[in-house]
Amino acid sequence: MNSNGKYSLIFNGLFTIFMVAPLVVVIGVSFTPTGYLEFPPSGLSLRWFRAILDNPDFIDAAWISLKLGVCSATVSTIVAVPAALAIGRERFLGREALQALFLSPLTVPTVVLGIAFLRLLSLLEINGTFIGLTLCHAIIITPFVLRLVLSSVVGIDQSIEKAAVSLGASGWVVFRRVTLPLIMPGVVGGWVLAFITSFDELTVTVFIVNPSTTTLPVRLFSHITQTTDPLIASVSTMVILFTVALMLLINRFYGLDRLLMGESR
Amino acid sequence: MNRLASAKPWLLSGPALLLFLVFLLIPLVMTFLLSFNSFSFYGGIEESYGLGNYIEILSDSYFYEIFLRTFLIALGTTILCVLLGVPEAYILLRMRPFARSLMLLVVLGPLLISVVVRTLGWSILLGNKGVINEFLIRLDLISSPVKMLYTSGGIVVALVHVMIPFMIIAVWAALQRRDASAEQAAESLGASPVKVFTRIVLPQAMPGILSGSLIVFSLSASAFATPAILGGRRIKVISTTVYDEFLNTLNWPLGAAIAVLLLVSVLVIMLSWNRLVEKRYSGVFE
Repeated sequence: MNSNGKYSLIFNGLFTIFMVAPLVVVIGVSFTPTGYLEFPPSGLSLRWFRAILDNPDFIDAAWISLKLGVCSATVSTIVAVPAALAIGRERFLGREALQALFLSPLTVPTVVLGIAFLRLLSLLEINGTFIGLTLCHAIIITPFVLRLVLSSVVGIDQSIEKAAVSLGASGWVVFRRVTLPLIMPGVVGGWVLAFITSFDELTVTVFIVNPSTTTLPVRLFSHITQTTDPLIASVSTMVILFTVALMLLINRFYGLDRLLMGESR
Repeated sequence: MNRLASAKPWLLSGPALLLFLVFLLIPLVMTFLLSFNSFSFYGGIEESYGLGNYIEILSDSYFYEIFLRTFLIALGTTILCVLLGVPEAYILLRMRPFARSLMLLVVLGPLLISVVVRTLGWSILLGNKGVINEFLIRLDLISSPVKMLYTSGGIVVALVHVMIPFMIIAVWAALQRRDASAEQAAESLGASPVKVFTRIVLPQAMPGILSGSLIVFSLSASAFATPAILGGRRIKVISTTVYDEFLNTLNWPLGAAIAVLLLVSVLVIMLSWNRLVEKRYSGVFE
């Protein structure tokens, strides 16, 4: 392994600044004692963090986003795991088409998905409902779950399952006791990635929420486009801290590179 | 037994298929049909079919400008992502394992943080009284603030920040399979680092650069949050125009037609790009 030269390290340093600058600025601004966005802050104050508590709008939105993330990631995992088992190990006509269909939400522009969901939900008269949001989010995040589960399905040793079958285990017992534990890292990794994607989703959600189901990204977005007070910075800081905590957790148990880059190392 | 075996994969993927049928395929077809309906401010959406919306869009220079701007922003973002992402991916690969896993957190972490939050950061950085302008004025490099917020350039910078992890992941995947001894051989024969990079590393990174560019381009062309926050009402792109048609003007059929045109152009660009790549690199992907 040859190491990087001087210019490479300078490039890497500048690149790091570029990547973290917007986050550092948001966190810095949130500690301002003044009533406007200033960086660096002229003092250190928790004023705008206390302000979050006085704004039930943001707290309600955060709860909705959390619940929505958990529900949609769970729905998506429940349908994606069997689908991944079918696509990953069976050979059947239409297998590739099925896989392409389940990955297609990654290719369709999100704004197109947003209006398509809006059209469907308003015809079904469930627009703005939590159940409608959950199912639409499940569509958007299923590709992530499917990809991670698929990569662990392809990797498992089928002889272990054959051994279980030959010892008399039923299909369900084999799945529950042998297959599922083997693909668990992919399932958990997929669920977490799906949760984060749902938690952050804006473009689709902005079309299909109503005032009582407004999610945190939508609330932040409409706040940013209307006013600029440091409240958005303190809420954003909380979002950053929450995401970083989740990220460190994944990195510890699954590996962030594996989660985002697939099973390539 | 045989019939059961052939039904099994369909039973397993049945729930997902049902969900995708009802919540993806049907709505997409409905949106496509909607784009042929007409709209009046008093009657709302009318159940008649025609090409009126498409003719309106294709003959109006206002929409033409929006489409051109969107694709230029996407192109600029893609080029910058290649120029910055490829060297960064190579530097990451050459790092020691500990430094590398730390840097991967820095590079890939932002991917998981809300785009709204990251764009807020850019609007604080880019504003007329923003961090960058204040800094440059203090250094006496400029005398009056440079306008960066509410410009296409500002949108490109923020989009590069959002998209570059995808480029790095793609290039990383391509370079990981490379044979590092070729670089060492070139170095021992006296090639300069720049030459090693352009003649040995770059050709091997090419498949990753091409697939990464495709992802970055299509995601940038349909990005919403970044242009909506940093462009305001003045710098409109396709997705923000669709948003306005749906939620402000309430002309759904016209909005649907714009969205269909976006989908079609992204698909056409992706397919022709893929064909181009397959022709050029037919031997590489074996």
